[in-house]
Amino acid sequence: MSAKVNNLKNKLIKRSGFINRTRQFFEQRTVLEVDTSLLRECSVTDPYMSAFKVSNTLGKHCGFLQTSPEYAMKKLICAGSGDIFQLSKMFRADECGPMHAAEFTMLEWYRVGFELDQLIDEVCEYIQQMLGSRECQKLSYREAFITHLDIDPYSISKAQLAAEATQILGELPEDLLFDNYLTLLFSEKVETQFKPQLITVINEFPASQASLAKTKLSNGIQIAERFEVYCEGMELANGFDELTDAKVQLLRFEQDNQLRKQFGHELIDIDDGFIESLILGLPQCSGVALGIDRLMMIEQSAQHINDVLLS
Amino acid sequence: MASYTTNDFRSGLKFMLDGEPVSIVENNFVRPGKGQAFAKTKVLFLLTGRIVEKTFKSGESFKSADVMETDMEYLYADGEFWHFMDSATFEQVAADAKAVGENAKWLTEQDTCMLTLFNGMPILVSPPNFVVQEVTETDPGLKGDTSGSGGKPATLASGAVVRVPLFVQIGEKIKVDTRNGEYVSRA
Repeated sequence: MSAKVNNLKNKLIKRSGFINRTRQFFEQRTVLEVDTSLLRECSVTDPYMSAFKVSNTLGKHCGFLQTSPEYAMKKLICAGSGDIFQLSKMFRADECGPMHAAEFTMLEWYRVGFELDQLIDEVCEYIQQMLGSRECQKLSYREAFITHLDIDPYSISKAQLAAEATQILGELPEDLLFDNYLTLLFSEKVETQFKPQLITVINEFPASQASLAKTKLSNGIQIAERFEVYCEGMELANGFDELTDAKVQLLRFEQDNQLRKQFGHELIDIDDGFIESLILGLPQCSGVALGIDRLMMIEQSAQHINDVLLS
Repeated sequence: MASYTTNDFRSGLKFMLDGEPVSIVENNFVRPGKGQAFAKTKVLFLLTGRIVEKTFKSGESFKSADVMETDMEYLYADGEFWHFMDSATFEQVAADAKAVGENAKWLTEQDTCMLTLFNGMPILVSPPNFVVQEVTETDPGLKGDTSGSGGKPATLASGAVVRVPLFVQIGEKIKVDTRNGEYVSRA
């Protein structure tokens, strides 16, 4: 057999093994597998997300390819599904690079009744099962910023932050929002300093980056019940103690669209069906999305996501 | 005129930035978890040769720059300009000291150089990797010494000074690598 065929076979076997072990992990925990629709009428209002808009060959609009199964899965939980996971392709337009592809595989799961820390433990267990034993470290967003950049994200002014960011990163676009200076600095100069061999969990994000997470007051600061997981220089997962308040959720979607308007991006219709489900009641739950292709990159020591995708 | 967005960024792509032509040296797509996406780049300002770290918002668009690279024959210098000719169309252009810069010392008549033209005007002149020039000045050195221990300086017809082995004499032609300014061989 040629080396080329051997390489392909190895890649297929590794990918398939990964998916099987993932299914076993959830079967052992009696978390039910679901496969929600990838083509849905609505998309997300997230101001920085760009979805593929789908039309038929006659030009008729048919919906959007989903950027995340979150709303569809939460609707199932509202309807009484209990713990669920989904392993499926997701689509994000305009994302490409060594760690990004427009079509990729996402593992997303929800645990009803789980506090955020319980879910964090489970995410670490999953990663350890997939990659072998690795130490975990947990620190807050603020601790990470102070440790690695000597910047306190809660006391610095926007002008100071802009000046620091420009000094550290070179010329930046002029009219960035406060949080975008933070996210840019975080991805370029904070997470890059985490020890690559460790699983690093960052929690207590600023409330302004809550997205679909609950917020709470902690030591006088409003924080989001959200975490992210990093390993080998890559962001692997993002999790929330899920926001269950329909009114707050609707308000956040409206704020997203206001930002979209400000940026000159197309406004996205709010997913009314999702809001209605929240009104009926989402039980307290924690959920996480994990980029499984990146986990495979670590397992296979791949430098580019295309090396693990079967494109 | 064509336009580009940050999605088209790749090394060597040329576009207009603040009224100046630039070329992408390095480009990285940055997409923080839930934040705005960026193209984090190093851009080369073609007129000044300055390389700047610059971050763009993903999706930002730019006009393409009318920049092309073309091979041209070096004709002569008139004290102010260096003149080149396109050997296919016989069209001539004159490059100023800013465009020629340090490379002036390697320009050898009838050699083919690579010119970067912006709106038809030369902004950068790159000599061939190897040029052959006559030695106009060097110490006589010791006859029979071929050890090449350190060598000696030699001035070439164009004014460049190169270290050569001791056996190289005035009037001989030598081959020089213009990328590092080192002697290669007798020609």
